[in-house]
Amino acid sequence: MLIKLASVLALADSTRKEAYFNRRSFLRGLGIAGAATVVGERFSSLLSPSTTAFAGTKLTTIKSNYRVDEKISSENDVTHYNNFYEFGSDKGDPAKNAQNFRTSPWVVSVEGEVKTPRKFSMDEILTLAPLEERIYRHRCVERWSIVVPWIGYSLSTVLKLVEPSPKAKYVAFESFYDPKQMPQARYTGLAYPYVEGLRLDEAMHPLALLCVGMYGETLPNQDGAPVRMVIPWKYGYKSIKSIVKIRLQSSEPPTSWNRQAPNEYGFYSNVNPNVDHPRWSQATERRLGEIYMHKTLMFNGYSDQVASLYSGMDLKKFH
Amino acid sequence: MLLAVRKFLASKWAKVFVFLLSLVPLLLLVWRGFRGDLTANPVEFLQHQTGDWTLRFLIFTLCITPFRKLLNLPEVIRFRRMLGLFAFFYVCLHFLTYLGPDQSFNVAGMLKDVAKRPFVTVGFAAFVLLIPMAITSTAGWIRRLGGKRWQALHRSIYICAILGVIHYYWLVKSDIRKPLFYGMLVGILLIWRLAAWFGKPKAPAVAHSVPVRPS
Repeated sequence: MLIKLASVLALADSTRKEAYFNRRSFLRGLGIAGAATVVGERFSSLLSPSTTAFAGTKLTTIKSNYRVDEKISSENDVTHYNNFYEFGSDKGDPAKNAQNFRTSPWVVSVEGEVKTPRKFSMDEILTLAPLEERIYRHRCVERWSIVVPWIGYSLSTVLKLVEPSPKAKYVAFESFYDPKQMPQARYTGLAYPYVEGLRLDEAMHPLALLCVGMYGETLPNQDGAPVRMVIPWKYGYKSIKSIVKIRLQSSEPPTSWNRQAPNEYGFYSNVNPNVDHPRWSQATERRLGEIYMHKTLMFNGYSDQVASLYSGMDLKKFH
Repeated sequence: MLLAVRKFLASKWAKVFVFLLSLVPLLLLVWRGFRGDLTANPVEFLQHQTGDWTLRFLIFTLCITPFRKLLNLPEVIRFRRMLGLFAFFYVCLHFLTYLGPDQSFNVAGMLKDVAKRPFVTVGFAAFVLLIPMAITSTAGWIRRLGGKRWQALHRSIYICAILGVIHYYWLVKSDIRKPLFYGMLVGILLIWRLAAWFGKPKAPAVAHSVPVRPS
């Protein structure tokens, strides 16, 4: 309970830098009358729980046992080199184009084959369970990789709350999409909104993280604010960003990259050094910040935890 | 005005100018390198930049002949060799960024990769095809080979450009705008040549059509 309170307070308390600057120019423009309104607004946000979870807000976390003992990637690298195709296909694009992405208010609908479908506000998501800091390896299908201190808790927390019905076998995820805020998206060759999916047992695995932050703060816009998935044993594109819908269902859901190139990107997309991408080898990868390649690990190094999910499966066929 | 342009194009300063201009992409990369401004993945950034510049210089080289004929500026032929050699220079850098950081300078491993991945195969083939052209780019080699044979050999730049575009097209995941743009330029430049070739009256016909001077 203490932790929940602390994280709510941390949120309500802080003022996003950008918002602060906006307020200043606002004050200058409107004078006293404007100032009174703004001050009022600030007070009300302190009194009632905040409905805003701006990027760059400090989060209070507890330690987790899920931490790899490897050098954490530079925050600047991680936040300025990534894929978020809604904001452009170049890896520098998201940091540039997601600056004004509006992530508040935000609602995540959890629905489908469940006993109690529910819509969660961001405040609810931030306080459903203690926020853990987990240090995961993250491996992109393009052969670059990072080590990131993510913040969140197991997706299973949410799934258990809505109580999946016996028919639920898969979990489908959907990203937010607004062509007005994401004008670059339509040139990237993918169909939007971006969709992803997991088998229910994969989604219930404790490693599957519902992620709200990184490097001690709420998620930057370009990294999938305000809430995303992180599935460390799968290629990066499975870790869908800016989630608005989680749907439990009986059939395997379509996934964006699989739709775009079925022979190159399978539904499972487990990191597997023995199954090459048709156009390049997956045996090696390059850590951001390094020059030479090093070996890619089976299930990205999470074999002990997840290999049993796939026992008896032909991982070449179900790639 | 036109006369001044042509005079400049024919001067030795024009060559110096084009040479320095062609070095600018490299100098910019070196400058960004010193500033630590090569993105979070410098290797990939350099691979993409040197690849881009190779394609651009191949396209510049292919522009020379149409330019010369359409604008009636025979002088620009003087830059063709230099531009072609710059394409080769940038492809060498491109190749080194692959052989070094990607393959750890392991030639056997690299050849295996070349054989296995079509996108690497076509890129490597284009690189290998450029080598004889770079070697025989001197006046001495034109003489040794004879104009006809030399020209036939150097027509392989058409194949290099096509392979280069395919190499790029097969690399990208889904945003195909840039490879398509390069493909379009190469396509236009090659179609222009085809049209010029078909439209050209055959050499003997030209000989026959020389009007006989009335005596």
